Amino acid sequence: MNEIAEGIVQAIQLIVSLDEEVIEITARSLLISLSATLIASLIAIPIGGFIHFKEFGGKRGLITIIQTLYALPTVLAGLLVFLFLSRSGPFGFFGLMFTPTGMVIGQTVLIIPLMVGMTLIALSGVSRTKQDTVISLGATGFQTVTTLVKEARFAILGGIILGFGRAISEVGAAMIIGGNIRGYTRVLTTAIALETSMGNLSLSIALGIILLAIAMVVTGFLFLVQER
Amino acid sequence: MIEFDHVVMNFGEKHVLKEVSFTIRDGEIFTFIGPSGSGKTTILRLIDMLERSTAGGILIDGTDVTTLRDREKIAVRRKMSMVFQKPAPLRGSVFDNIAVGLRFRNVDEQEITARVSEALDLIGLSGYERRKAGTLSGGEMQRVAIARAVATKPDVLLLDEPTANLDPVSTEKIERLISALKERFGITVVLSTHDMVQGQRLADRIAVVIDGRIGQVGTSMEIFYHPMNRAVAHMVGVENILEGRIVANEEGLATVEIDGSLILAVSPLPPGTPVTLFMRPEDIIFIAKDSIRTSARNVFAGRITKVIPIGPMVRLKVDAGIRVTAVITRRSFEELGLALGKETEFTFKATAIHVVERFE
Repeated sequence: MNEIAEGIVQAIQLIVSLDEEVIEITARSLLISLSATLIASLIAIPIGGFIHFKEFGGKRGLITIIQTLYALPTVLAGLLVFLFLSRSGPFGFFGLMFTPTGMVIGQTVLIIPLMVGMTLIALSGVSRTKQDTVISLGATGFQTVTTLVKEARFAILGGIILGFGRAISEVGAAMIIGGNIRGYTRVLTTAIALETSMGNLSLSIALGIILLAIAMVVTGFLFLVQER
Repeated sequence: MIEFDHVVMNFGEKHVLKEVSFTIRDGEIFTFIGPSGSGKTTILRLIDMLERSTAGGILIDGTDVTTLRDREKIAVRRKMSMVFQKPAPLRGSVFDNIAVGLRFRNVDEQEITARVSEALDLIGLSGYERRKAGTLSGGEMQRVAIARAVATKPDVLLLDEPTANLDPVSTEKIERLISALKERFGITVVLSTHDMVQGQRLADRIAVVIDGRIGQVGTSMEIFYHPMNRAVAHMVGVENILEGRIVANEEGLATVEIDGSLILAVSPLPPGTPVTLFMRPEDIIFIAKDSIRTSARNVFAGRITKVIPIGPMVRLKVDAGIRVTAVITRRSFEELGLALGKETEFTFKATAIHVVERFE
């Protein structure tokens, strides 16, 4: 009990004193996960739009697969990307293993299904009349998709933030692809895992508090935008 | 010109339209009247190519749109606009909402500003540009939806039950707007409604839609006073539908026998013809007890079996051998001393009866 209390006190000291390592790990985490979220959004929202508006065979099955992949274990996403990026893999020559770029790819792969699914849910929440109105006003297919994505923007934003939450909180892919190299690929989650195993509880708690704080800031931001 | 040629529409097992054919002429207000679920909305959606018909041809200005590719459909659709029963505000201001169709057509912003202000002026909501569309009342949003539809200057305006959810004041505004659109811009207006009186007020021609079929197409006079069959008559409020047989005909004045009662009606049909008689409830006139008996034909005596007040009017059912339903003003009802169970006399003109041959 004493240990925990001590850990929390030390953690607050680390944060307040803007400890260099803590800041560096936090900044890297944010950069990697925000990049992954941005790239995944650019891929997932158009795919979601396409699946929603186009009728094709196997659509129901595809949606089921996407929904299954919401729960894609992070270590599996890591393993998958590892197989492609490792020296013997097809994209091994890029030398992306154990780099932040490799981690971005891993997290992107991890959250795309979730974000496609959230886009689908968001678009199906737009009333049929709205869709008909847009089409009847002479929109092309592309104009219909962009207009309705704008109509569903809050719900889609919710999906983006959910994706970001999954990216920044995952540890499996970051560990497998990044390798937790100090000063290069170490992020909040991998650092917490390591420091805890080494008994360095105060640093772990400090990083944990920061991770929670990020989650709070992001959720608060979403709340503010939706309130507007 | 819009033509339906034996159009069939099935949603799975459900047959929504059964071989529907009609022609809508340029510049007219054409109204589909029918009960909910009769297929009116589907007809409008098919015209706007929002649905794909199961069979039959849909010609718009001579082009069969059922065979067009998506890109060609958009080109045809851009000559039309549709307003839905419950209009959906899109995000942003009233200005953004009215501008949306113009932006799809890449009209330049200066022209858009002019057209939006023109459209707002037309619907009587000038100065509403910056309001949030989501905050408008139902009637205002319906008018904005019409402005949004006409800002693109369509040749054809499709209106699906435009006043179904509105109060009487908003309804009147929308109706005046629809008439103005036709008169000022020569727009062809295709309207669906379940309100017969609205159809009568607005339409050049009416099509009665019953259970996925067109029962009759004609002017409101034709539809309301000369319904072609029982279903149409029932739909347009002809409450007295009597079946009988012509027993004599003197120069177009036929005597029809109905369950032992004789009714005189105008008809060229020969004796022996089985017929259905249609008579509107407003055409029945009650005779005051002390009034001088005229030589009027079709005078009946009977007992009032039901009295239903409807606003300033009263609906009466009278059993006089033949059973009829009448509608009179509440004032007349009181002045004539009518009441439930009372004996009374009533009459109607031979010309108030529409006679249709009944095929047995």
